[in-house]
Amino acid sequence: MADPIIPVANDLPLALPLPAPVLSILLVLLFALHIVFVNLMLGGTLLALAFELLGLRDPRHDRLARVIAGTVTVTKSLAVVLGVGPLLLISLLYTLPFYAANRATGQVWFLIVPMTALAFLLSYWHKYAWDRLAGHKAVHLAIGGMAALLLLLVPLVFLVNVQLMMLPGRWQAVQQSGFLSGLLLDGVLARYLHFLLATLAATGLFLVWYLTRPAFDLAGELPGETRAGLRRRFYTLALVASLLQFVAGPLLLLTLPPQGLSWLMLLHIGLGAGLAAWALWWMWGEIVRADDGPEALGWRFWRIVLMLGAVVLAMATGRQLYRATILAPYQAQVAERTRAHQQLSAHYRAHPAPAAEEDPLAALPGYAAARQSCMACHAVDTRLVGPPMTEIAALYPGPEGIEAMLRYVRQPTQPRKVRDRAEYPATMPPVGPGQADDASVRAIAGFMQEAARR
Amino acid sequence: MEFPFFELDFAGNRLLIAVVAILHVMINHPLAVGGALFIAMMERRGIRLGDRQWDQAAYRLLLFCFIITTSLGALTGVGIWLSAALVNPGAIGSLLRVFFWAWFAEWLVFITEVLLIIAYVETWKRWDGPRKAAHLRLGYALAAFSWITMALITAILGFMMEPGAWQASHRLVDGILNPLYLPQLAFRTCLAMAMAGAMGLVGSWWLSERGSAFRQDLVRFSCRWMALWSLPLAAASAWYLAVVPPVMLERAPTALGTMRGEGAYPAILTAIAVLLGASAYVALSGWRWPRALPRWSYALPFLALLVLLAAFERTREFVRKPWVIAGYMYANGIRAEDYPLYQAEGLLKHHPFASVRAITDANRLQAGQEVYQIACATCHTTAPGGVNSVHARFEAMLGQGPWRSAAVGQIIASMHGSRAYMPEFPGIPAERRALAEWLVAQHAIHRPGAAAPATTTPSPAAAATAAGTER
Ligand code: HEC
Ligand code: HEC
Repeated sequence: MADPIIPVANDLPLALPLPAPVLSILLVLLFALHIVFVNLMLGGTLLALAFELLGLRDPRHDRLARVIAGTVTVTKSLAVVLGVGPLLLISLLYTLPFYAANRATGQVWFLIVPMTALAFLLSYWHKYAWDRLAGHKAVHLAIGGMAALLLLLVPLVFLVNVQLMMLPGRWQAVQQSGFLSGLLLDGVLARYLHFLLATLAATGLFLVWYLTRPAFDLAGELPGETRAGLRRRFYTLALVASLLQFVAGPLLLLTLPPQGLSWLMLLHIGLGAGLAAWALWWMWGEIVRADDGPEALGWRFWRIVLMLGAVVLAMATGRQLYRATILAPYQAQVAERTRAHQQLSAHYRAHPAPAAEEDPLAALPGYAAARQSCMACHAVDTRLVGPPMTEIAALYPGPEGIEAMLRYVRQPTQPRKVRDRAEYPATMPPVGPGQADDASVRAIAGFMQEAARR
Repeated sequence: MEFPFFELDFAGNRLLIAVVAILHVMINHPLAVGGALFIAMMERRGIRLGDRQWDQAAYRLLLFCFIITTSLGALTGVGIWLSAALVNPGAIGSLLRVFFWAWFAEWLVFITEVLLIIAYVETWKRWDGPRKAAHLRLGYALAAFSWITMALITAILGFMMEPGAWQASHRLVDGILNPLYLPQLAFRTCLAMAMAGAMGLVGSWWLSERGSAFRQDLVRFSCRWMALWSLPLAAASAWYLAVVPPVMLERAPTALGTMRGEGAYPAILTAIAVLLGASAYVALSGWRWPRALPRWSYALPFLALLVLLAAFERTREFVRKPWVIAGYMYANGIRAEDYPLYQAEGLLKHHPFASVRAITDANRLQAGQEVYQIACATCHTTAPGGVNSVHARFEAMLGQGPWRSAAVGQIIASMHGSRAYMPEFPGIPAERRALAEWLVAQHAIHRPGAAAPATTTPSPAAAATAAGTER
């Protein structure tokens, strides 16, 4: 296959509001914050569904499902609102590649809006109809299932876009062969797997805190459950999901296009993996620990959270470094082209090219105004949209003709159209004084009389 | 800045933004901006009267607003971003660079607003008794922050119509303090408040028992609210109309009626006036005689204000044309300063996503299509029956065809003069001719066997020179 043509556009001539490196750091931080809540939203939805299914046998699980579904109301609102910041930053820093990828995936890209809105409405319905639909579990599960399905699709569309933006050579190919071809871009599916595992791990950890913190009314909300049991169950979920990352992560590294790899990037990823291993060891300690009771959460939990927070930052930084490296040659080409374009544009502003087709009537007074307001529809001696000027001049002769024409264009009648609509489909539009004042309409009228005489 | 071509062939790119944006303000203004204050005042009344019914009704209304604003409201807000970036990426990219800090600040306010509404809902039942006063303060804070988000975004909308001193200075403050800002903000504020009252009136249908004393009280409360806000609303509308540039006002008839309905402008204005008059009547009589107000009329003010809001937004979006950022960038995404370059050297030569660089006989139609994508597709469609279909527009001028491509080319050359909402053709004459030929060819495909009356049956004076030259 021949090398794809890389379309190099020119950049906007407006300065960035902050230096690019500062914007990159902000992007990493804000994106990490956003993605955590996306994880909790999706993970909460999936786990609520899973426990509701288990609840068909054992009502204890149904109660747990309901508590988890309750958290989604908050996490999903935060996921959306916290997404706006990183969206601003990525659009600012990568206006050209990001918007190009958006356009290449066009309709599907936009679908994330109605899909998410629908998912949110379904998840409210799911939450508030729990009692009312208790007798129709299949319906209730279907509502939750639909919401989960939609929320699973949205990140996939996002992933295709952020992956595609790094590959300018593929923009046109993906646009032509459709969104599905974007799924097969190098790295997309591995990244999705990586994201899903992170979702389960983050939600597991969140639920350890949420369900076992002292303020949670465990006996009232989840009779029959113990803090130790819940803690063990959700630590185990987080641990298993995180262990699987040690497969998904390398898989992702191997499938990413190699042009973006750098030692610095690999260093960050390696650092992240190392810290993650440490956090997993602590988690294991928590699972095998016997201690129960509300105070059990404590510093042992928070050090795991801090450590995993550091992992997320290291990984997100590695990812940003990858993006910067792979896009660097393209950005350099764009900068080069932008310079050339601005020079050329300034040149033509200073020395506009002469009109390519000189009009012999251009010297007549009133020409410019007539060209501006009338000549889209009136030609000199051919019927264009309206009657030719020769016909008009015959209808409006002499100085009174000029005044009559002024009155006419302000409030035109449609004699020809009224006579035969099929023959004369067009309408003469009223020309307001904002478009041409009285003096210029008079000049135009004079011009039409003169042009007809030539 | 150039991007891959993007076109929604039937609905049209403009419609995408319009639908999302109008839906967003229809939710945001009554339910979030006006609604927050309205609900807090309902809660306050409940505290003052010691009447649980008020408290319950306020909570139910809040729950409704919460569900809708945090799903449809929030997502259409993001949707405006996504759709505008799809349709006019260069414009959004430019606005972002100018208004980054305004948007960033807005984002922080928006996060606060979301946290506040979650807190306001979640603590409603729990913060009772001694903590009720604190809960009410939460409602006031929510109202304040909802208003601030709107106040910030209005600066950007005003800027797009009239950048004012920014044109010369490129400074953020000048962009924000554009001449349209304060009047538009006053108008939106009063409208949002009036709409909240109208929502309360419709809401009393399900928030109160029919015939109950509480129903009467709620109807009177909502109607008084509406009536009191409609006075500043009238004043703010007048102020706003006084500062909109007159050229833009001249385009209002087309905005509301489209070209074919321009003549209906007075009728449309009358209809809006009648709806508003009827709403004022409902508000006043509901304030005075809440029991006598017929139930069907509860919905009238809300619907009327929705119509007014939609008409306002549509007009605001439309009259800004041909610009997307007045004086700086046209709606086709091309900066005014680049026009001399493109009109000298051509659009295609400088568009990295076009496949044709230099027009030859062999690629002329392909070239024409690409010129269409660059110069026309933001606002027009080509599908038969599509929204603002370019074929329908030409048919209205030239008849069913077949058209002469010279005539089409001449219309394109100077139509921005008479239809000022269209930008001047940005390319070279060869590109204009290619575009005209492609349009004629497309039209022939869409309308095979169309009779050929209009242009080929010239008026008597033109008959002699039917093969007129393109000018
Ligand atoms: C959008 C196309 C269009 C534009 C722009 C336009 N006209 Fe017309 N004009 C028409 C049409 C169509 C008619 C024929 C109306 C009919 O008789 O039904 C017409 C008819 C006329 C007539 C003949 C009136 C009569 O008594 O029969 C005059 C005079 C005229 N135009 C002047 C102008 C002037 C001056 C301008 C510029 C200020 C202008 N037109 C711009 C389309 C246009
Ligand atoms: C800024 C948006 C915009 C762009 C860009 C644009 N148009 Fe239009 N055009 C409009 C609108 C709006 C109308 C009026 C539609 C209505 O009210 O029915 C219109 C009307 C027309 C008409 C009918 C004019 C008349 O006088 O009856 C033609 C023909 C037309 N456009 C062709 C084109 C062509 C060809 C291009 C590309 C070179 C183009 N337009 C670019 C917005 C645009």
